[in-house]
Amino acid sequence: MRKFVGVFASSLLLGASSVSAACGIEAGSVRILSNDFAALGTVIDEARECAADGVTVSANLTTEHKSLQVPALTVDPSRYSVAMVANNSLVPLLNEGLVRPLDDLVAEYGDQLEDRQLVRIGGEIVAIAFMVNAQHLYLRQDLLEEAGIDAPTSYEGILEAARTLKESGVSDTPLGAADAAGWDLAAEFVNMHLGMGGDFFEQGSAAPALANETGLRTLEMMKALTEFMAPGYMTVSADELKNQYVSGNVAMMNEWGSMVDGIVGAAASDRQIAEATTLAAAPTVGGGGIPAAALWWDGFVIADNISDEDAAASFQVMMHAIRPEVAQDNPQAAAWLISGFDAPESARGMLATAEAGARPYPMTPYMGLMHDTLGVELVQFMQGTESAEQALADVEAAYSAAAREAGYLN
Amino acid sequence: MAPSALAMILFIVVPIGSILVQSLFVEHERVLVTVENCGPFGCTEETRVDTAATAELRAEEPLGRFNGLGTYIDRGHLAVDELAAILSDNAGPGDIAARVMNLPFYKALAFTLAYTLLVTPLCMALGFAVALAVNALPRLAKGPVIFLTLLPYIATPLLGALAVFWMINTDGIIGATLQAIFDDPTLSLQASPMLTWITLIVWGIWHMAPFAFVVFYAGLQTVPADTLESAMIDGASRWERILYVTVPHLKPLAIFVGLILLMDNFRVFEPIIGFSAEANATSLSWSIYNDLNGQGGQLFGSAAATSVLTTIGVMILLTPVLIRTWRGAGGRAA
Repeated sequence: MRKFVGVFASSLLLGASSVSAACGIEAGSVRILSNDFAALGTVIDEARECAADGVTVSANLTTEHKSLQVPALTVDPSRYSVAMVANNSLVPLLNEGLVRPLDDLVAEYGDQLEDRQLVRIGGEIVAIAFMVNAQHLYLRQDLLEEAGIDAPTSYEGILEAARTLKESGVSDTPLGAADAAGWDLAAEFVNMHLGMGGDFFEQGSAAPALANETGLRTLEMMKALTEFMAPGYMTVSADELKNQYVSGNVAMMNEWGSMVDGIVGAAASDRQIAEATTLAAAPTVGGGGIPAAALWWDGFVIADNISDEDAAASFQVMMHAIRPEVAQDNPQAAAWLISGFDAPESARGMLATAEAGARPYPMTPYMGLMHDTLGVELVQFMQGTESAEQALADVEAAYSAAAREAGYLN
Repeated sequence: MAPSALAMILFIVVPIGSILVQSLFVEHERVLVTVENCGPFGCTEETRVDTAATAELRAEEPLGRFNGLGTYIDRGHLAVDELAAILSDNAGPGDIAARVMNLPFYKALAFTLAYTLLVTPLCMALGFAVALAVNALPRLAKGPVIFLTLLPYIATPLLGALAVFWMINTDGIIGATLQAIFDDPTLSLQASPMLTWITLIVWGIWHMAPFAFVVFYAGLQTVPADTLESAMIDGASRWERILYVTVPHLKPLAIFVGLILLMDNFRVFEPIIGFSAEANATSLSWSIYNDLNGQGGQLFGSAAATSVLTTIGVMILLTPVLIRTWRGAGGRAA
């Protein structure tokens, strides 16, 4: 389990250093809570440069950030002044009103920001986004050529290609997906369901709307793909999927754009596989016109329960950490939203997904509950011990019980 | 007397009481509003929580809405309505079993009970056998052998489970070997519920047997030598000496080990995480963890209700053992 194995790393406090004139901050305490992956580490290293006399910068990078953030920002003063968030992890903070409106800070210190970076809810700026992420296709061009097939662009095409690869003996397990029970499995469902044009809730209400034709087709496709995967597919997380791919066991996968480093590029663990890999937009599904992948952004919020001085210092430190040079110096690290960024080849799959009109991950307040429920209740169907109808009925029943307890439904 | 009573109140009564109270409440109704939501991917109309209005509701009743036993009987726990529906309309016992196992609480309870009832006796038997074997070793070999035998117990449960998980992976040493032996490239210990259950139970025995071993080994040192010698003179074989002298002597110890193992095994949790086994096996402790660890916020009421039900489960499970101990103590006093 990725979340658990993750490094509970580094609550490093940097002491005084004298090279910080660049950030132009007089005083303040900047305390960052963040998820733990390479691109965020790059940003936080930049933030740490601002430490100086009177200015402390500390950071806690942990994959457990989602369970820490609400309690840590609820106390007054907050344990952290900055929380790195994505479109899903912003929601619990908004639900509890723990996020500071940023309009004044943006007006004063945010000249470098592009309009698309400002996340506005109800007219107020609540977060600053600095990079995007999405799952997209990684294809082994060499294996496809060996089997004499063109690169597929839809899930139906992928099924056909997988059958050819298997029958011609090119690959025994041509497909891989992050179908690990829990968060990953739910994310796969969300991707596929968005691609099918499906919705999760009745318009304007927290009532679930999954047990229908679109939901059934989504599940059928997810199950059909597993026929061409290694048998333990219910334990394959996104990290494990990457391992499978770089060890050459998988010919086609829909994997996170942020994991591209290490698969292709200078840091690739297998040269041959890296060179044979092509990146493409996430596939369409069910005749829909858009890629079956949710779009994500990563960004930061400033805590509400901190002094104005710390808030201003935190915002300025973050502006330093996401200044245009950071994106230019680290083009491989992420698909930056920062102004003046020239996307390299390795971001091609992700950008193609966004350009083809993929839908963003829903930001409704109760989507987190739905995500949690999907991760648990789809398992039996995926293993073939339950019908798709039953699985969707279970999801709706379990979600409704949780939503009632959380106060979203009556 | 007074200090221990105070400690009991502080560390046992108050926490359990607070969990009981918590399990009777659910969160306030959230006031929802629809607003325009703009970001890197354009603008959409989305609902959001009106935090000011919700905070007002919260200030009025800090504990939340009173729900009585509502959480206990909902689908996530005892699922009273769902059970009634299954019992009133079904296609025979197989259908009933399948549908009851589809309810999260009963699914978790089934694995928890199977794990507890299999791991406990097998652990004790293995531990006792190892203790007898080690006891028969020459003196010099005993130290190192005891140390090695204890290793599975010393390893942190989560790390031990992770290490074994990677070994049984289809690319791992055990997984690949099994595939080769059975000549079946699709064989995976992680794929089917039955194999996952067996893996977890075997892991549980491997992990906890050293505990039973070390207690029984200590007990073996107290078996009276003269009784053993007289049994030998009477012509008892090794097996008979174990059966008629050693086992009765270690009986109180066995009850103690059984008690601890029952409690320990009933709260099985780490191997489920370590083996990423939640697809095939969940336990009551895992349900509590899952309620508290969701990205959609913590479901405290739900977790509290499962905790109370777990406590009741432990009490039911331990009752026979405790009655036995009590009778034993009473018998000795008389």
